[in-house]
Amino acid sequence: MEPKDDKPRTDAAASGEPAPGKAQGEAGADRVKPVEAEVAEAKPLRLEKPTTTRWKIGPATTGPATTGPAKSNPAKTGPIDQRKFAQMSRRELLKISPVLALGAFAIPRFQESLLKKGLGFSDWASARLFRQGHLAPTFSDTELTPFEKFPINGYDVADPGVIFESWTLTVTGLVRKPGDYKLEQIQALQPYRQNTRHICVEGWDVIGRFGGARLSDFLNMIGADTKARFITVACADDYYESLDMATALHPQTLLCYEMYDRPLTREHGAPLRLNVPTKVGYKQPKYLTDLKVTNVLDKVGYWEDQGYSSFYGL
Amino acid sequence: MSGAVVEITRTKEGETDTVARAAYEHPLPVRLCHWLNAISLFVMVGSGLQIFRAFPSFGAKIPQKDLIDWPKSFAIGGWLGGALQWHLTFMWIYVATGLIYLGYQIFSGNYRQVLFTRCDLPGVWPMVKHYFFFGPKPPVTEAYNPLQKQAYTTAIGLGVISVLTGFAVWKPVQFSWLAWLMGGFHWARIWHFVTMWAILGFVFGHLIMVALHGWSNFVSMLTGWKKNPEY
Repeated sequence: MEPKDDKPRTDAAASGEPAPGKAQGEAGADRVKPVEAEVAEAKPLRLEKPTTTRWKIGPATTGPATTGPAKSNPAKTGPIDQRKFAQMSRRELLKISPVLALGAFAIPRFQESLLKKGLGFSDWASARLFRQGHLAPTFSDTELTPFEKFPINGYDVADPGVIFESWTLTVTGLVRKPGDYKLEQIQALQPYRQNTRHICVEGWDVIGRFGGARLSDFLNMIGADTKARFITVACADDYYESLDMATALHPQTLLCYEMYDRPLTREHGAPLRLNVPTKVGYKQPKYLTDLKVTNVLDKVGYWEDQGYSSFYGL
Repeated sequence: MSGAVVEITRTKEGETDTVARAAYEHPLPVRLCHWLNAISLFVMVGSGLQIFRAFPSFGAKIPQKDLIDWPKSFAIGGWLGGALQWHLTFMWIYVATGLIYLGYQIFSGNYRQVLFTRCDLPGVWPMVKHYFFFGPKPPVTEAYNPLQKQAYTTAIGLGVISVLTGFAVWKPVQFSWLAWLMGGFHWARIWHFVTMWAILGFVFGHLIMVALHGWSNFVSMLTGWKKNPEY
């Protein structure tokens, strides 16, 4: 770097740098000469139009350094006719026209389907990135968000008025033992408790303590076909959701009946909700009433059917 | 090829005159990536701000203290779901153009044009002095001056950080190590936000410089050719 920086100054000193006040045309001739001489020695020099921008800057600059010709390699890239140059420039401009394809996103007719495809691609990538054996980070009891500060997000009502005495989980679909399952049957399965981060699609997060049975254990109990693609759930407040089978079988995916070591409260989804630390909050519905194992989704989920991501795995 | 200065001539009545000089500064992949990335950056920022509007805070949900009331008209997507569609679509264009650009620069050797190295360090201050009107213009010897190289190298670094923090926010479980590096999901979200403002700071300066350096400089990012470069 240094020698290059120094060069102009020595060149200028040697060749008698034009004084700041010197005529522009002369200065231009000084500068361009070396190149021209190399390229076509025989050609007479006519330089009425030294249209370089440098000269417009005026005396304030350090002077018209002769660095250009020293750096360029006119032997390899000879002079170009201006018409050819204009043609070449136009061709180069055309080459970046594919950028205009993004304009399709601005056309209302295409916008929705393009964004749907983009979101679909993200979901496809999300499913590929999901690893069944990879656990969501867990936290110590001291890191828990206090129970009172655990937000209650319902889409409709905080309490759809589930009658606990007669509540059952209705199981249908690709299972060997369909029917109505009581809470006691779910509670009879091996219980698990986990301190995991609950992340809302809005951006907030809390660390909560959840307890319940593994959904995989329950699917095993009901004789579910785990080769099926999805499980869907319906809720007492008409909310509905679906999970891909890989997530449903994840060891941290719970049929949750406990929060902070106490039975689930009504606002938090009693008597049974999903706790899925590998998904955002809207994929962890409350007040479950129905569970179905299926290969076909006619509806994905309450929010998904309005345009949110279908997979939204964390 | 970039950097070589050629002469543009006009032949009239058998005589050839030199009418201008030109340098091929930006190879096609660089130009394509520049514009695709610029558009996707615009969409990422606009939709990102709409996503931020859903929870404009970095604290607790209860009680929620909003940081700023960002106007809806300066955001893309209309609502959280719409903004996420834009964000999760254009992030792939943003990442792809970034990777293609980096790959091209490294394998073609063209990175030397833009990479800020220790040799450029002494040239930064004279450029700053010149831009703030209290120093002479340092001699122009190549496409980018040391301050430009510093700015572009930083911007590319910020672009990489914006993607890494973004992935930590998008996949804090699958990329839990990435989120952990940033201090957890919570902090990853903050870094992602801060990086956006840093990039916007660069864009602001970049646009001013483009406006100040004239048409020929702007056209060079379209055709690759800069007419009458200062070197």
